[in-house]
Amino acid sequence: MIREPLIFEISAPGKTAFTLPKLDVPSNAGVLDGLAVRPDIPDFPQVSEVEVVRHFTRLSQQNYCVDLGLYPLGSCTMKYNPKVNDKIVTFPGFAETHPLAPAETVQGNFEVLHRMERMLCEITGFDAFTLQPSAGAQGELVGIMLVRAYHEAKGIPRKYVLIPDSAHGTNPSSAHLSGYEVREIKSNASGRIDLAALEQAMTEEVAALMVTNPNTLGVFESDICKIADIVHGKGGLLYMDGANMNALAGIARPGDFGVDVLHLNLHKTFATPHGGGGPGSGPVGVKKILEPFLPVPVVKKKGAEYALDFDRPRSIGRVRSFYGNFLVIVKAMAYILSLGPKGVREIAEIAVLNANYIRKGLEGVYDLQYGTASMHEVVFSDKIQKDAYGVTNLDIAKRLIDYGFHPPTMSFPLIVHGALMIEPTETESRRDLDQFIEAMKTIAREAAENAAVLKAAPHQTYVRRLDETAAARNPIVTWERDKV
Amino acid sequence: MYPQNFKFTKDHEWARVEGDLAVIGISDFAQKHLGDVVYVDLPAVGTHLAVHQTIGTIESVKAVSEVFSPVSGEVVETNAGLADAPETINQDPHGNGWILKLKMANKGDLDALMATPDYEKYLEGLEH
Repeated sequence: MIREPLIFEISAPGKTAFTLPKLDVPSNAGVLDGLAVRPDIPDFPQVSEVEVVRHFTRLSQQNYCVDLGLYPLGSCTMKYNPKVNDKIVTFPGFAETHPLAPAETVQGNFEVLHRMERMLCEITGFDAFTLQPSAGAQGELVGIMLVRAYHEAKGIPRKYVLIPDSAHGTNPSSAHLSGYEVREIKSNASGRIDLAALEQAMTEEVAALMVTNPNTLGVFESDICKIADIVHGKGGLLYMDGANMNALAGIARPGDFGVDVLHLNLHKTFATPHGGGGPGSGPVGVKKILEPFLPVPVVKKKGAEYALDFDRPRSIGRVRSFYGNFLVIVKAMAYILSLGPKGVREIAEIAVLNANYIRKGLEGVYDLQYGTASMHEVVFSDKIQKDAYGVTNLDIAKRLIDYGFHPPTMSFPLIVHGALMIEPTETESRRDLDQFIEAMKTIAREAAENAAVLKAAPHQTYVRRLDETAAARNPIVTWERDKV
Repeated sequence: MYPQNFKFTKDHEWARVEGDLAVIGISDFAQKHLGDVVYVDLPAVGTHLAVHQTIGTIESVKAVSEVFSPVSGEVVETNAGLADAPETINQDPHGNGWILKLKMANKGDLDALMATPDYEKYLEGLEH
């Protein structure tokens, strides 16, 4: 296969993509001289239109996306985003409104925000929501800032945040950024929070416990009510990372099982784009006690009119320009409305069913360190293949690419060594799941019969296995002429 | 294979005594499980560390992991070579891959750590 050159390498002096018609009005050339005009941009690519189109089309064909197939990147999973959501956000009333437009001209947009807040409250069991955070990680940070504001209002912000060893890696960062020291809580043999360890660690110096439920092992914290009692008993708050809300939607509400504050990742539960395909959205839900601290502005309804309320003296302040990633919120709302209450429940039912279908199909073929019942994802490891044939989770993941699948999350959660964390979500059909299971079984057979094929995988891609260590130790992220 | 004059933690850090100083690093077991180390985040000289306080983080191709201090004290030197050659931790975890030196605040902290034979026994007990 021919390597697609960089656009800089295609460049040839004098080529242009489009020629503007000759100027037929008096020229203003020179008016910006010395202000903002750069006389020359070194190495700016000069290419024709067809070269630009072909270059980026070829690159897009080398990429893998959820419109091509399964993307079982557990915990960060991408699920299929129905096209109707994308269609709705192109409606001029959404797409062409300006964030600075006067309130009376964008009442419909405010209504969307207000109704979305109410819907998320209903689904999760909270009293109020802010839709402002730009992504899940910012949602977490906002959540912990709310916790801090709550404790400060009571006199002392407290010192520690407890986090289980099965948590998302962003949790400690959020706590740390908010000025808390992190203390880790060990999981027990079933992959759940060890209640005795929690009881011991939970003191009046602890501001909150950050729990992910179901956790990153795909295990439901079935003692969550007891956990909430232990935390509340010492005056702490219970924070829930709601990244895995797709396992609970329509079935269990965090607000009902003792959680005080939660963030959602709209992409995973409510089918909006994710990661580089974003932007993201990480709404935060709170109980009444935390509502006064929510970021400004808040959408308020007065009579029949909606308005932005900035007059909130106890608020933690602004966390995002304007009002969040509005169109992402519209997409999520479209998903919720197209599904209806029964359909929202089916998100969780099918997500859990699909994960367990994969688990059943691969049990015995791949090692399952924690035998506890799975919710929306299942965490296998490379133990069987590694012990017998020296094949690691990296080899398995790379080989999956050859079979047309995006690899699962690897080496996370850290408490499973050599982890392969698989999350299919509700959007995959049984046929797709069967194909994935078949590919994983084939790879297990190859490990036994011809491990060398796995060690050198992938074989079917534009580039073969990359040296990830060299890339991490010595990253070259900018192009410079004659330097590559 | 583990040096006899070292003391180990359950989290796989080691400490070696040099007079009033303790040299700190991570064990061969730890470096193997982390995989190729690509970056080491070190504390400033002068930092005071309590037992089990986070020293810094080690980033490998697989994960970012915290390193905890086996003993309490003040950081007097960090291994400057790790900035350009983090792979030293993989190549020589018990020698040139040391992470920092602490002026110990309480030599009694060492008593809570495992001697080499105990650490080796502890490793045998771990599933992986």
